[in-house]
Amino acid sequence: MKPLLRRLRHDLFATPADGLITLVLLGMIGAGGWAFLHWAFRQARWAVIQANSTLFAVGRYPIEQQWRLWLLTTLLAAATGLIWGLLRSHPRPDRGGQLWPRNDRLAVAVLLALSLVVPGALGFAPALVGRWLAIGLLLVLMRWLAGRFGPALPPALKRWLPVGLPILYLLGMVLIGGGFGLVAVSSSEWGGLVLTLLEATFAILLCFPLGVLLALGRRSDLPLLRWGSVLYIEFIRGAPLITLLFLGQNMIGFLLPGGLAPERVWRAAWVLTLFAAAYLAEAVRSGLSAVPRGQLEAARSLGMSTIQAFITVVMPQALRVALPSMVGQFISLLQDTTLLSLIGLMELLGTARTVMANPAFLGRNAEVYFTLAVLFWCCCAALGLGSRALERRLDPASLARSG
Amino acid sequence: MGVPPSLPSPSVLAAGEPVPWWRDRRVIPWLVQGAVGLVVLVVVAFLLANLVRNLTAAGLLLSWGWLGQPAGFDIAETILPFHASDPYWRGLLAGLVNTVRVVVVGLIGSTLLGTLLGMASFSGNALLRGLTRTYVEVVRNIPLLLQLVFWYFVVFLSLPNGTAALQFPGVVLAKSGLYIAGFGEGLRWLGPHLVDGVWQAPLRWSVECAALLTGLIAYSSAFIAEVVRGGIAAVPRGQWEACSSLGLTWLQTLRRVVLPQALRVIVPGLNTQYISLAKNSSLAVAVGFTDLYSVAETTLNQTGRAVEVVLLLLGAYLALDLFISLLMNGLNRLVQIRER
Repeated sequence: MKPLLRRLRHDLFATPADGLITLVLLGMIGAGGWAFLHWAFRQARWAVIQANSTLFAVGRYPIEQQWRLWLLTTLLAAATGLIWGLLRSHPRPDRGGQLWPRNDRLAVAVLLALSLVVPGALGFAPALVGRWLAIGLLLVLMRWLAGRFGPALPPALKRWLPVGLPILYLLGMVLIGGGFGLVAVSSSEWGGLVLTLLEATFAILLCFPLGVLLALGRRSDLPLLRWGSVLYIEFIRGAPLITLLFLGQNMIGFLLPGGLAPERVWRAAWVLTLFAAAYLAEAVRSGLSAVPRGQLEAARSLGMSTIQAFITVVMPQALRVALPSMVGQFISLLQDTTLLSLIGLMELLGTARTVMANPAFLGRNAEVYFTLAVLFWCCCAALGLGSRALERRLDPASLARSG
Repeated sequence: MGVPPSLPSPSVLAAGEPVPWWRDRRVIPWLVQGAVGLVVLVVVAFLLANLVRNLTAAGLLLSWGWLGQPAGFDIAETILPFHASDPYWRGLLAGLVNTVRVVVVGLIGSTLLGTLLGMASFSGNALLRGLTRTYVEVVRNIPLLLQLVFWYFVVFLSLPNGTAALQFPGVVLAKSGLYIAGFGEGLRWLGPHLVDGVWQAPLRWSVECAALLTGLIAYSSAFIAEVVRGGIAAVPRGQWEACSSLGLTWLQTLRRVVLPQALRVIVPGLNTQYISLAKNSSLAVAVGFTDLYSVAETTLNQTGRAVEVVLLLLGAYLALDLFISLLMNGLNRLVQIRER
């Protein structure tokens, strides 16, 4: 007990001024916390979230077609469990071949608790609560199966498994939009969390190759490529996203021959992609400049072509350095999808606006904004955590330790 | 370990054989650039041709005459006097002035708050450090637009009016606006005061403007705090220890020794944050503050002049960014000179 007291004293009451600051801050935290709890449990009317949970999740997606989104969620959960398990089954001496490290047990507990508590708190029918729990259990089951039997899989199969991810993404697009025998659901009916995630993932996936190309262009010796890339990157980075979205909505119709112009949702997705590519290019460029020139020269002298040397030697090192700032860009891209509500799309914030315009829920802004804030905070914080974990895993020092 | 078999074996030219032109190092760069240039040129030409054809068909070919026509809309809050009968260009200018005002106040406010937060993250008090960290992590992981609408719709629109308003020395915050003391008629110092239950003061900002500024400052200061923290962390630990052995207090150490050195790292980072703040000010439209973007949107809806309005908008924000960059580069030079 003694060291704890001494530490508390050192950390919080080292000098009289420190003690005063601590007391004032404690008072502020107490008052703020009390006010928040009072609001959350006495004043707030959470019915606005319970009654509109479907709207927030999928927007005005036709009810009779929503099974497609359930199927997609199930597939995504299964894929997540599979990838998670395979990553763990990969032999790593530092983990001593443990199949369920402590963090994983914790993650499973949190996951199952969430899939049980959240649907319950939202006041879902028992059937729906059961469905969410089943999806959560499926994820854990796939995690177990992949971890248990992953090492026994033939290596050729494991090498080709990543190809499944783009296929899954395209399948998701088909499930959401229709086609191949499914009833088409017009993009104007997409909304809520589904639209937010769709726009964000689309832009993240496509801005990556574009950003890498732009970064290479900016570092190229060829003046035309360099100045072209500089012009594009600086032009995009000089303009606020909202003006570019505005440009996209109002001018793409003029720039393309009649009938070729994409729908509003896709216009916004392309603007987001082109916007994020410029920022990503700068992140990748800083990574590229961290790789010594000798690496390229050494690879070339081994007989690799320049392109081969870039793909196998330079880019992996550059991307590892650029990883934190790239994930930072992805996080701000996810946050930037809220701007789509300003050009009339029904993503999360746009849906929130329509909900609060409903006379039954007038003045319930605080509850809705608070919920959205928690949702965004969790997604962004999770991305940040993942990035830091990946950074540690890719760190050459830790790789050398684990062999 | 031999050469992997997948590598192509470089074909060797016999001595004296001339290098074919498609493998000549002097020609290849021009070939690549020519190909890329051609593709870009064709795409741009295609887009421009469509633009001209579509605009001609719509009767909206590039012209600037409409800027002189009366705007027909009013702007609630301006520094530059503006009426509905004034031409469009004056409306856009009034919007630009509003944007500049928000940016200037926002820059000052977020720099002050951000610096304080950045310094607090080096405090000896663990609670203060933890709170600063929490603030930064909360604010940075929530979209700015969400924060802005929260400040406006939840906080500022539920403020009381009249005598119940929040009163501070020289400043009153009510639902009808933010009232700030200043010099009234005849250069007399005048605080906010009630006239028939309505607040009056020499300086009044609308509640939209106040909400926008609060949101922008709260958001930017979290990022600036990180920049300041990085700058302070870049100062070697020995500097702190040397100061403490000289008997300087924490604040003295920061002000006289650490911050001047940290500024060299901080200023370039601040430049980026300031430019983001200038660009983020365009989210004013979400809280109903009439900035440049909001005027431009109204103008486009009334006139249909998409190309001209978008060009003006992009040009104005680019100019604003460049201006901030110039200022910060000047400041950077000033800070760096101190290094021998």
